[in-house]
Amino acid sequence: MIRERLSGNEAVAVAMRQINPDVVPAYPITPSTEVPQYFSSFMANGSVDTEFIPVESEHSAMSACIGASAAGARVMSATSSQGLSLMYEMLYIASGMRLPIVLTCVNRAVSAPINIHNDHSDSMGVRDCGFIQLYCESNQEAYDNLIMAVKIAEKAMLPVMVCFDGFITSHSVENIELLEDDIVKQFVGKYEPEHYLLNPNEFISMGPLDLQNYFFEHRKQLADAMKDSKRIIEEVSEEYAKISKRKYNLIENYRMDDSKIAMVVLNSTAGTAKEVVDKLRDEGIKVGLVKPRTFRPVPVKELVESLKDMKAIAIMDKADSINGFCGPLYSEITSALYSEGLNIPTVNYIYGLGGRDVKTSDIEDVFRSLLKIAKDGKKSQTTYYLGVRE
Amino acid sequence: MAYNLKEVVKRKTRFSAGHRMCAGCGAPPTVRGILSALKEEDNAIITSATGCLEVSSCIYPYTSWKNCSFIHSAFENAGATCSGVETAYRSLKKQGKLNGTKDVKFIAFGGDGGTYDIGLQSLSGAMERGHDMVYVCYDNGAYMNTGTQRSSATPHFADTTTAPAGKVLPGKIQPRKDLTEIMVKHNTAYVAQTALFGNFKDIHEKAEKAIYTEGPCFVSVLSPCPRGWGYPTDMLIEISKLAVDTCFWPLYEVKDGIYTINYKPAKKLPVEEFLKPQKRFKHMFKEGNEWMIKQFQEEVDKKWEYLLTMEKLTHNEN
Ligand SMILES: Cc1ncc(C[n+]2csc(CCOP(=O)(O)OP(=O)(O)O)c2C)c(N)n1
Repeated sequence: MIRERLSGNEAVAVAMRQINPDVVPAYPITPSTEVPQYFSSFMANGSVDTEFIPVESEHSAMSACIGASAAGARVMSATSSQGLSLMYEMLYIASGMRLPIVLTCVNRAVSAPINIHNDHSDSMGVRDCGFIQLYCESNQEAYDNLIMAVKIAEKAMLPVMVCFDGFITSHSVENIELLEDDIVKQFVGKYEPEHYLLNPNEFISMGPLDLQNYFFEHRKQLADAMKDSKRIIEEVSEEYAKISKRKYNLIENYRMDDSKIAMVVLNSTAGTAKEVVDKLRDEGIKVGLVKPRTFRPVPVKELVESLKDMKAIAIMDKADSINGFCGPLYSEITSALYSEGLNIPTVNYIYGLGGRDVKTSDIEDVFRSLLKIAKDGKKSQTTYYLGVRE
Repeated sequence: MAYNLKEVVKRKTRFSAGHRMCAGCGAPPTVRGILSALKEEDNAIITSATGCLEVSSCIYPYTSWKNCSFIHSAFENAGATCSGVETAYRSLKKQGKLNGTKDVKFIAFGGDGGTYDIGLQSLSGAMERGHDMVYVCYDNGAYMNTGTQRSSATPHFADTTTAPAGKVLPGKIQPRKDLTEIMVKHNTAYVAQTALFGNFKDIHEKAEKAIYTEGPCFVSVLSPCPRGWGYPTDMLIEISKLAVDTCFWPLYEVKDGIYTINYKPAKKLPVEEFLKPQKRFKHMFKEGNEWMIKQFQEEVDKKWEYLLTMEKLTHNEN
């Protein structure tokens, strides 16, 4: 074990060095640019075997990822925001072709207006593209998830997106525990796909036209793969706990044991909210926090299990669906609860868009309003825009 | 070795019959003409852009791509997809992860829409980065798969479904984009323009040079389309010959900056000979539209003169 102080982007680049992928096609965009930059310096110093492709766009980045992965290479890339948006078409093709590409998404707002700061509009905007999505609270989680992502992707034959917050996580230096290079190498092992273009022993055709008689079955296989990836993520996380002493589940329950009030929140804001939970707990107020690590697949069973006895829930969305109703996390989690016959007063907070600071006092306000909802047994409104000026 | 058609057709086929391209389409002979230049012992990975060729050659669970591997991912990215495949090869080979693999060649096919228009950026990127690949544009002069919409490769005045000839508009109002020249300016290792001409010697030799020249190569092949152009299906070879003999489609190549015209018609035919058999140019022969033919001829002459000059200039320099 190695103790270090690294930014989120550095941590991810170090993980990539340890993974030593065969091909990395990438294109610069704030705040993920540092990932290929750090990685290029590893290449320049000969510490990886990777071939880097300095593509001319993110559409080509994902296209080259697809070509290289189909050819039989282990492939990674990184992007944010407009870059992820430009990849949109190719993301669906990556998953449809069942290619285990690992993509770091350093979360950033999507234009217009242009804004380089953090929210989750980019990865939420592609939530149905067939990528597994892992969300990370800290640099440590970004590092750990990226290493696990390789194995998850290859076992599930699905691409994986590792998401963490632009600047807040990507550029902040934190203490981190790294694994030894050879332990990571051993953990990810060799990539040995069953079928690939460069296989000297067979000829294959990939990416056919698939008509009415087959397309539906292939899409169902993709849906099944996503469903089954829950088991794979759990297995890989179990295995990872053995080498790292860090155990990750599909969701993290923070002080939920005897709680009747919960906040559901992704990524770095969970760190802020945990502070508030502790503070309120010190005051004797029983609140808790649920942090989904996977949003694709949706950890329905785990979420329902954690939330079923709540009297009030706040679901925090750092992205808006612009649907006149609510954010994406809210819509999916409430539908999970409803499907289990639970009708718990649940409110939605759209927060922090474009990097608007979220303070502990904002989070505390949310918890305090939940207390009132729990007491009254009803809510007066569903969706709030936290701290926005009217 | 001197070109011998009889020998070449005996080589193992990489593109089998049974595909669903139309009768009289230029794309299948283009693909065969290119792939038959591969040495028997070499392996190849083919990339295709979305378009007529792809949707007719690889319909699940069938494929026409034989004795080679094939990938299609999307419309505008054959350049980038192929560059990913090629880079994977270099990476795996360098690391000793490809035991027993023969030499592998990387060839991408795209229609003119997927090459001149929506795929231009991806193609430009792939050529500029210097991947060891050949990009082949089978140019049928329009978006044929979606029903003959104009592309930037569509000839001046041609009647297409998005630039139809009507009472006030003369068909396509712009002349063709000169992509071959744009590719020359990419420091491409080898650029060639060819057609389904004669005994296929020209396409064969250019394919061979492109495949076996290290670095990024670009080959543009005139691939007539009976539906889009409106000629009888049995006229494929004849229409190609007319394109060449009128100098509408000069056969030339550029290597190390040196232009070589590979065929100079003994008698350069007037463009009418090429235009006349095609429905897409029918309106040009109506009374009052003589100016269209005149202008078309001028444009063809200008390009031909340019090539003659470039040939002279670049050969003289050496
Ligand atoms: C991004 C995108 N835009 C549009 C299309 C629709 N489309 C599929 S094939 C095609 C035309 C292809 O034309 P071309 O490249 O000239 O090849 P051809 O069909 O003529 O062989 C179009 C417009 C698509 N598949 N993807």
